[in-house]
Amino acid sequence: MGKRTVVPFGPQHPVLPEPIHLDLVLEDEKVIEAIPQIGYVHRGLEKLVDKKDFKQFTYVSERICGICSFMHGAGYCMSVESIMGIEVPERAVFLRTIWAELSRIHSHLLWLGLTADAFGFESLFMHTWRLREQVLDLFEQTTGGRLIFSVCDIGGVRKDITPEMLDKIVSVVTNMDKELRDVTSVFLNDSTVKHRTVGIGLLSKEKALELGAVGPMAKASGIRRDMRTQGYCAYKYLEFEPITAEEGDSYARMQVRIGEIFQAIDLIKQCIEKLPEGDIITKIKGNPKGEHFTRVEQPRGEALYYVKANGTKFLDRFRVRTPTFANVPALLEILKDCDLADVPILILTIDPCISCTER
Amino acid sequence: MSFNKKSPWILHYDATSCNGCDIEVLASLTPLYDVERFGVVNTGDPRHADILLITGSVNGQSIPVIKQLYEQMPDPKAVVAVGICATSGGIFADCYNVEGGVDKVLPVDVYVPGCAARPQSIIDGILKACDILEEKQKALKGR
Amino acid sequence: MDEQKIKEISPDEILIETVDLHSAGYRLVAISCTGKDGVELSYSFDKDYDFIHLRVNMDYDTEIESITPIYGYAFLYENEIKELFGVKIKNIIADFHDKLYRISEEAPFKEKEEE
Repeated sequence: MGKRTVVPFGPQHPVLPEPIHLDLVLEDEKVIEAIPQIGYVHRGLEKLVDKKDFKQFTYVSERICGICSFMHGAGYCMSVESIMGIEVPERAVFLRTIWAELSRIHSHLLWLGLTADAFGFESLFMHTWRLREQVLDLFEQTTGGRLIFSVCDIGGVRKDITPEMLDKIVSVVTNMDKELRDVTSVFLNDSTVKHRTVGIGLLSKEKALELGAVGPMAKASGIRRDMRTQGYCAYKYLEFEPITAEEGDSYARMQVRIGEIFQAIDLIKQCIEKLPEGDIITKIKGNPKGEHFTRVEQPRGEALYYVKANGTKFLDRFRVRTPTFANVPALLEILKDCDLADVPILILTIDPCISCTER
Repeated sequence: MSFNKKSPWILHYDATSCNGCDIEVLASLTPLYDVERFGVVNTGDPRHADILLITGSVNGQSIPVIKQLYEQMPDPKAVVAVGICATSGGIFADCYNVEGGVDKVLPVDVYVPGCAARPQSIIDGILKACDILEEKQKALKGR
Repeated sequence: MDEQKIKEISPDEILIETVDLHSAGYRLVAISCTGKDGVELSYSFDKDYDFIHLRVNMDYDTEIESITPIYGYAFLYENEIKELFGVKIKNIIADFHDKLYRISEEAPFKEKEEE
């Protein structure tokens, strides 16, 4: 038995865009245990319900995280709509789905880029982010914002997408599909990437269930769980199957995410094909009273929104349980018995979003 | 002739940002915006850095980290506050765990507006910081 | 849309109810807390999209047992609730002793008495 050393990891670290701190207990090169220390990004935004009314809070909820911004906004709006019994126009529901799936593409591409950077594949990082810019351009052209675009509102959406723009979205994602096949084939076939990911960070199906993993983390371990199959938004009208893998290693998680990018492209096309005509927003009257739990499938997995309202402008409670929060126990598990050199890759493999986690 | 101005190295730290500005900082390094054409290199090591980009407002936990990063950077150095949260706290100014803008802790040289700050304005901010770096360099030499 | 199934239980029933759900194969989704008019804890569970909640209403002085012996990964939720709401949860495995977020204000979500 070697001597035990504690190596602090973070909060500022070259591969981490966000601060998280881990105390890694090492025995020679092996990690025995990882102790998390969070709180660097904790703002306490859930408490803002006391100061911002429930309509203003849409903007706060979009700023839980800049990557999954749209879905946070939509999740909050869906909760309030359920409490108030608002019927959202069909067109708005489809438009939300289009933006949500575009967000998924941009989030997964962002992750692929960061992962490539962690391997030391800088030009691959640049290539994936170049492709990602096309999605951001679509956001900008349809909503005016690149990341946080405040298009979702209680009762529907604020902006419509014109038929010309819809055609453009289809052509952009179709072209992107081709380019993506080239870029993602490097991730899936390159021997260096395989060397760094295959068999690294194994999470068995039993462990994933036991630790409550969600999203690609669970899907890559063979758990077929995807909240979209529950048919919120327009998913009930679309045909798709959750993407899963069996191996449960870092490579499988990458496969799942890459698969989800192509799935998202397909879903966007289906949405545009089936997009109904009509209004995009319902006027809301009064204040919400009641409570509701809503679950949506974000790029990182299942997110839970809880809203409790008391009939006044100000909510009693807003709570969000983000996917990264649920994946932290699984991260601590896969860090056990790994090599120190693999720690950055393993942290990235859960697609961490610290600002979501700490809020 | 300032070497710093021609090739400043930047260090990015996320104080309590929501990620929006962070990924825009990264996006400004990638091919479409390409701040590297100005000789800017992103580094992970404070001891190599000339410009500190901070996104997000500061809280009790991040203040010592920011101070330490700033102290580790060699002179001359410039601080850029990216995004409205780094400027004043923005939408989160009322939160219990938000102390306010970065200027509560460090002398900020350039404020970049926006929520999330756009890559164009981040590049603008970095270039402004380059000029400030040069001035600081001259002042250092004059001593 | 998820159906809202909320089952009200008393604070001392929490372990029994949780053990039942655990042996039935349910997964803990989240523990949420509301701090207005006393403590309201919601334990959310899921199994094959069957989404149920256990609801505990109590006051700030009541102690509740931790469910970490049954669901180990509940430690994050419980530490969070303990720190942010000042709820008394006992016997947490991996107790951070109110040092998870290390915020400067004590129990910011706890309803303060008017001064």
